[in-house]
Amino acid sequence: MTIEDLQELSEQEQQRQSEKKHRILYCSAAGCVSCGSDNVSAMLKTKVKEHTLEKECEVIGTGCMGLCGEGPLVKVQSDNILYQNVDEVTASQIVESHILNGKRVEKNICDTSAPFFASQTKIVLENCGRINSESIDEYVAALGYEALGKALTEMQPHDVIEEIRKSGLRGRGGAGYSTGLKWGIVRKAHGEQKYIVCNADEGDPGAFMDRSVLEGDPHRVLEGMAIAGYAVGASQGYVYCRAEYPLAIERLKLAIKQAEKIGLLGNRILESQFNFRIDIRIGAGAFVCGEETALIASIEGRRGNPRTRPPYPSEKGLWGMPTVINNVETFANVAPIIRNGSDWFSKIGTEKSKGTKVFALAGNIRNTGLIEVPMGIPLRKIIFDIGGGTPEGQEFKAAQTGGPSGGCIPNEHLDLPVDYESLLAVGSFMGSGGLIVMDSTSRMVDVAKFFMQFCMDESCGKCIPCRVGTRHIYGLLDKISKKKATQDDLTLLEELCVMVKETSLCGLGQGAPNPVISTLRFFRHEYEQLLQPVETYLGGEVEVADFEK
Amino acid sequence: MAIKTLTIDGDQYSAQEGETILTVMRQHNIPIPTLCHLEGLSTVGACRLCVVQVEGIPKLLPACTTRVEEGMVIHTATDKLKKYRRMIIALLASEGNHVCAVCVANNHCELQELAYQVGLVRVRYPYLFPKKSLDATHKEYVMDRNRCVLCTRCVRVCDEVEGAHVWDVAGRGINCEIVTGLDDAWGKTETCTSCGKCVMVCPTGALFEKGVTVAEMEKQKGFLKYIITARQKKEWVSFTDGQ
Ligand SMILES: Cc1cc2nc3c(=O)[nH]c(=O)nc-3n(C[C@H](O)[C@H](O)[C@H](O)COP(=O)(O)O)c2cc1C
Ligand code: SF4
Ligand code: SF4
Ligand code: FES
Repeated sequence: MTIEDLQELSEQEQQRQSEKKHRILYCSAAGCVSCGSDNVSAMLKTKVKEHTLEKECEVIGTGCMGLCGEGPLVKVQSDNILYQNVDEVTASQIVESHILNGKRVEKNICDTSAPFFASQTKIVLENCGRINSESIDEYVAALGYEALGKALTEMQPHDVIEEIRKSGLRGRGGAGYSTGLKWGIVRKAHGEQKYIVCNADEGDPGAFMDRSVLEGDPHRVLEGMAIAGYAVGASQGYVYCRAEYPLAIERLKLAIKQAEKIGLLGNRILESQFNFRIDIRIGAGAFVCGEETALIASIEGRRGNPRTRPPYPSEKGLWGMPTVINNVETFANVAPIIRNGSDWFSKIGTEKSKGTKVFALAGNIRNTGLIEVPMGIPLRKIIFDIGGGTPEGQEFKAAQTGGPSGGCIPNEHLDLPVDYESLLAVGSFMGSGGLIVMDSTSRMVDVAKFFMQFCMDESCGKCIPCRVGTRHIYGLLDKISKKKATQDDLTLLEELCVMVKETSLCGLGQGAPNPVISTLRFFRHEYEQLLQPVETYLGGEVEVADFEK
Repeated sequence: MAIKTLTIDGDQYSAQEGETILTVMRQHNIPIPTLCHLEGLSTVGACRLCVVQVEGIPKLLPACTTRVEEGMVIHTATDKLKKYRRMIIALLASEGNHVCAVCVANNHCELQELAYQVGLVRVRYPYLFPKKSLDATHKEYVMDRNRCVLCTRCVRVCDEVEGAHVWDVAGRGINCEIVTGLDDAWGKTETCTSCGKCVMVCPTGALFEKGVTVAEMEKQKGFLKYIITARQKKEWVSFTDGQ
C-alpha cells in the first residue's frame, strides 16, 4: 500500500458512510457491556433487519462514549442525538420511532450541551464513541495512519523526535518524563536491536483510561508505536496488556492483523524501507508489573521484579537493548501531534504540562465516567462542572489522584490547576489518571488503609522497606482505625512512612506511603480523634496490632 | 580506564571507572552494612542497608549498585542513614522467627552481626510470628524458612555459580518465600547437586547442614572468592581469604 492507496481507502470509506442515511452507534466498551449493551445492540440490529433498513442504516459498536454512569449509551450519529440508560425497549423505540418516523425518544435523550460534554477537549479520545472500534477503514477515514505516512515520507527520524520534543508531550503513565527526550536517548543509544514497548498494565484501582483507549481506538496506539519505532530505529514493538482486559486484547489482536494485512505494519510499511512488527504480551495482573523494569522482566519471561536504575530502559531495556517504554495514552497522543504539528499541541495546557489528560471519574460523584480535559483545568471545574458534584449534594471532602502512590486534595485546594507540578506541590501525583471523589462520609484513615492494603498485597517483596514496612504501616493504620492505638503508634507510623518512601527500591514502595502522608497532612485530626490515651493502652490489652486481614 | 575522584565522608578517594561506591568503600575499609550483596554474585540492591546520600541527588542510592562518577560527594553515615539501617534490621527481626537462643547459627549469624553493627537495641514493631515451614527432605541439608531474610543469595549462587537454578522466590510481598524446584520438597528436586553452596552463602540459620546443633553452623564464604578467582583469573587463592 502506498500513501495514495491510503488516501483512496479513506475516501472510499467516507463515501460509504455518507451513503448511509443513519449510523446508530452503541457503546461497546466494558462499562456499557457490563450493564447490558450487548442486548441493546442485538435489539437494534434485530429491529433494523425487521424493518429492512440495512441499506440505509448501520449499527456499529464503538469505544467508550464517556458517560459510563448512565450507560448503556446509544448515539444516532446522523442527528447527533445521544441516548442514555438504553434498555431493549428503548432500543426498539430508537429504531421504530426515531429512525423510521423521525420522532426522538425524548425520555432517554442525554443533554450533550451539558458541561460534562462541553468542557472537555478531545485528542486522545477523539475517535472513541465515534468510529467502529473494529474497523481499520473507519480509522483511516478519520485521518488514521496519515501521521505515519507523513513521518515516513516527509520527515527524517530526528525530525519526528524534534516535533515530539517541541510539542512538550510528557509521559502519561505517571512521572511525566518528556517523551521527546526519552526517544532521543534511545535513538542515540547503541544496540543491534531496539524495542518499543507500550505499557498497558494499568493496575491502579479505579483507573480505566488506557483500557478505554485500547478498546475504543486500538489503531491509534499502534500508529503511535510505529511512529516511535521509525523515530528511534526499532523494528519490533510489544504491547504489554493485563489479562484482566480480554476485550482490549481481542481488539488489539484484530487491529494488528488488519494493519498487517494492508501493509501498515510488518515489512516495508507504506512501501518505505521501514519494517515494524507489534506483538502482544499478556501480564497476569500484578500491579508492580506496570513498573517499567518489572514489566521488562515479565516480557522476558522472568518474575516481574523491578531492578535498580540506572541503567534506564532507554539504555538497557528489553533483552539488554535500548527500549522506549511509554504509556498507552502517551502513544495515543503521537499521531495527532505529527499530523497537526507541535505548535498546535503546545497551545493546549499550561507552560510545563502540555496537551490534555484523560481521567477516570469515580467515587461519590454524579457523572462517573471517562473525561479528557486540557492540562491546567481547575480541579473545581472537573468535579463540579464536568462531574456534576456529589450525587445528593453532600459536602465535598477530597479528591484522590495518582492511585496508590497519590494523595488527597482537600476542599481548600479546589482551585488547584490540574497539572504535573501543581499536583506534586500539594503532595499528590498525576499518576495515570484515576480521580476518586470523596464526600463528608468518607473516613480518611480508612482511605489510607485501603491503599496501604493494596500496596502491601502488591509489593513484589524484593526489598525490605517495602515488603515489611508496608505490612507494619497497614497494621498501624488498622490499629488506629480500630481505636486501639496511642500517640506512640502515630509517631511510629510517621517515621516508618518517611523511611519506606526514602529507601524503597522502586516506585511502588517509594509511593506507597503517600496516601498516608497526604491524609495526615490535611486530615490529621481524624487520626488523632481515634487515638487512645496512654493509660488505657498500658492498662488494657497489650495486643500490638491486629494483623489478620 | 579512566580514573574518577570522589569524596566519601569528607575524605578524597580515587576509583576506576565502572567501580561501585561499595567497592571503593571496601577497598579503603570504610564500614557500611550490607546483606544482599556478596562478592562474586550479581548485585540486586534489594536489602537497602547500604543506601548512601550523594550530594545533588534527592534520592538515597544503594552503594552496592551505584557506579562512581567524577566529583561525587558521598555521605555514608549520617544520623538519618544510621537510623534507617536500624529500622531495616528491626523490620527484618520482626518479620521472621529469629529465636537466636535455639538457632544453629547463633554467634555465626550475619543478621546478629548486623544488629550489633547498626546498634539495634529494641524492636518497636510488633513481631509478626509468621507460620513458616521447615524442609528437611534433603539428605544433607535443611531449609528453615522461619530464619530466612529473603536476601536471595542462595538463589543467585545456585543459578550463577553452580548453574543448577534449584531455588526461586515464590509469592509476593510479605508472603514471599524461597522455594526449591517448582515448590517441591528439596529432597525431590532433580536439579540439586548437593554442592552446599547455598548453605555456605546463607547469612542466617535458614540453610544449614544436617546434624549440627545450636550455635554450631559456621559458614565458609571464602569458597566463593576461591571459585570465582580460579575461574576468571586462573589463580588459586587461599580458601579463607574471602572471609
Ligand atoms: C508500581 C508502579 C506501577 C506502574 N504502573 C504503570 C501502569 O500501569 N501503566 C503505565 O503506563 N505506567 C506505569 N508505571 C510507570 C512506568 O514505570 C513508566 O514510568 C511508564 O510506563 C513510562 O511511560 P510514560 O513516560 O509514557 O509515562 C508504574 C510505575 C510504578 C512504580
Ligand atoms: S519497593 Fe516494593 S515493589 Fe518495589 S522492589 Fe521493593 S518490594 Fe518490590
Ligand atoms: S535461605 Fe538464606 S540465603 Fe536464601 S534467601 Fe533465605 S536467608 Fe538468604
Ligand atoms: S547490600 Fe546494597 S542493597 Fe543490599
